[in-house]
Amino acid sequence: MVNNAIEINNISKSYGDVTAVTGVNLNIAKGELFGLIGPDGGGKTTLFQILTSLLIPDTGHAIVEGLDTVKDFRKLRKIIGYMPGRFSLYPDLSVHENLEFFATIFNTTIEKNYHLIEDIYVQLEPFKSRRADKLSGGMKQKLALCCALIHQPVVLFLDEPTTGVDAVSREEFWVMLKRLKQKGITILVSTPYMDEASQCERIALIQDGRILQVNTPTAVTSGFDKTLFAVRSDDSYKLLLDLRTLPFAKRTEPFGEYMHVTTEPDVTAEYIAQILNSRGHKSIEVKPTSATVEDVFLDLM
Amino acid sequence: MPSEIVIKVNNLTKKFGDFTAVDQITFDVKVGEIFGFLGANGAGKTTAIKMLIGLNRPTDGEAQVAGYDVYRETEKIKQNIGYMSQKFSLYEDLSVRQNIEFYGGIYGLPRKAIRKKTDEIIQKLGLQDRAKKVVGDLPLGWKQRLAFAVAGVHDPRIIFLDEPTGGVDPVTRRQFWEMIYESANNGVTIFVTTHYMDEAEYCDRISIMVDGEIKALGTPAELKAKFSSETMDDVFIKLARG
Repeated sequence: MVNNAIEINNISKSYGDVTAVTGVNLNIAKGELFGLIGPDGGGKTTLFQILTSLLIPDTGHAIVEGLDTVKDFRKLRKIIGYMPGRFSLYPDLSVHENLEFFATIFNTTIEKNYHLIEDIYVQLEPFKSRRADKLSGGMKQKLALCCALIHQPVVLFLDEPTTGVDAVSREEFWVMLKRLKQKGITILVSTPYMDEASQCERIALIQDGRILQVNTPTAVTSGFDKTLFAVRSDDSYKLLLDLRTLPFAKRTEPFGEYMHVTTEPDVTAEYIAQILNSRGHKSIEVKPTSATVEDVFLDLM
Repeated sequence: MPSEIVIKVNNLTKKFGDFTAVDQITFDVKVGEIFGFLGANGAGKTTAIKMLIGLNRPTDGEAQVAGYDVYRETEKIKQNIGYMSQKFSLYEDLSVRQNIEFYGGIYGLPRKAIRKKTDEIIQKLGLQDRAKKVVGDLPLGWKQRLAFAVAGVHDPRIIFLDEPTGGVDPVTRRQFWEMIYESANNGVTIFVTTHYMDEAEYCDRISIMVDGEIKALGTPAELKAKFSSETMDDVFIKLARG
């Protein structure tokens, strides 16, 4: 009995001179909702394509549900669902036709596995005769998820399902994923949105083809051991420039309405406020703050 | 903050048949302001922007952009604004230098000015070593910054940015916003759409569109107070869910 749904052993892949993925090792447990967090060009898609048997790695090997992604690719493809980053349904087929197509090629029917997609499909039902290319971004994404689920996969691979989707649809999407997880499906999902990391049980931060860190989102953020302040004033741009000139401020980055400033350990909020005051800032606020996943990512890069 | 108004929109409306994509929107944008134009997918943002940049004729209402009328003076508008969308307008198989020169030429800059501007942009982006490389080989983050610089090649009064930062890493995303801050500081007005709610916080004021209407307008702090929310994400979700 294997406990890991996915085992990645020392996988590397290059395209000519460009290294996409370097020495990646990663295990994902059965039933886990696991997030691959990192920007475009980080190697996320290459990793997905290797795990779904669409690419052969240069070195290393990967096992999904006990099946080797190269040797056992035929069996593997029957038990996984894959939603690529680029919309890949048939634009000139209707919602219903797309779904029926995917059910048919996997030798099943919509009726048989309807229980898996019901929550999602009810939202699509009013548009079921609409051509797929006439759907809104959020609806396309829901249809793609239904199509990836219709053959009842054991492992689901979702490559940037929420990119370019608005905040509301993104939140709804994560609710759907958590329901699927409750049905026992292992889910590997990638996203460039750092704030979505907290939705996953564990995450891997990935950049330039390398895994920077693997842990639970809480452990990732609580592992940040530097002194961090959130600072704001009436003039954000001047604030950014001024903070960057302070010798004890090791790093200053805009974070929403605040600047996050990493400093030497002995610096106090009062001291920073005093300096900003002397530089003419008004409405100054300086407070210690805890790191987000994005702070950690910036620090590791 | 200077109070001169550079975009003035009054009851602007666009209908496609029976469907009202943009429904009587009204707002002003001031010179040098970073104005965030938010909304869910399909809320009408792109239709609204197309009217403001002179690509789409409104069905009703009024708007002046950089002092020009969106019905009668669309060519004047195009000369006075820059535009950058997520789908880059750069030519992948032209070099960095050629792309800048091309756009300088399109906007009718004199040859000398084009050369000067091209050198300036290359220097500012630190692309000296890559000036002769084709744009297709640049990392996404560089392309975005170059696209922004190119959108400003003719020193427009307003730059429109339609989801400019999708998919890049947190460092690159911030470098991009620093370019925006710097431009705004130099008096260029920035009109930007984004799905990143932390970026909404970088804006001086934001509007949130829901089903073709502007449902909220104010500084990020005002909106959070008004909707008793800790984050812009929360404000957005409350509004978009109705």
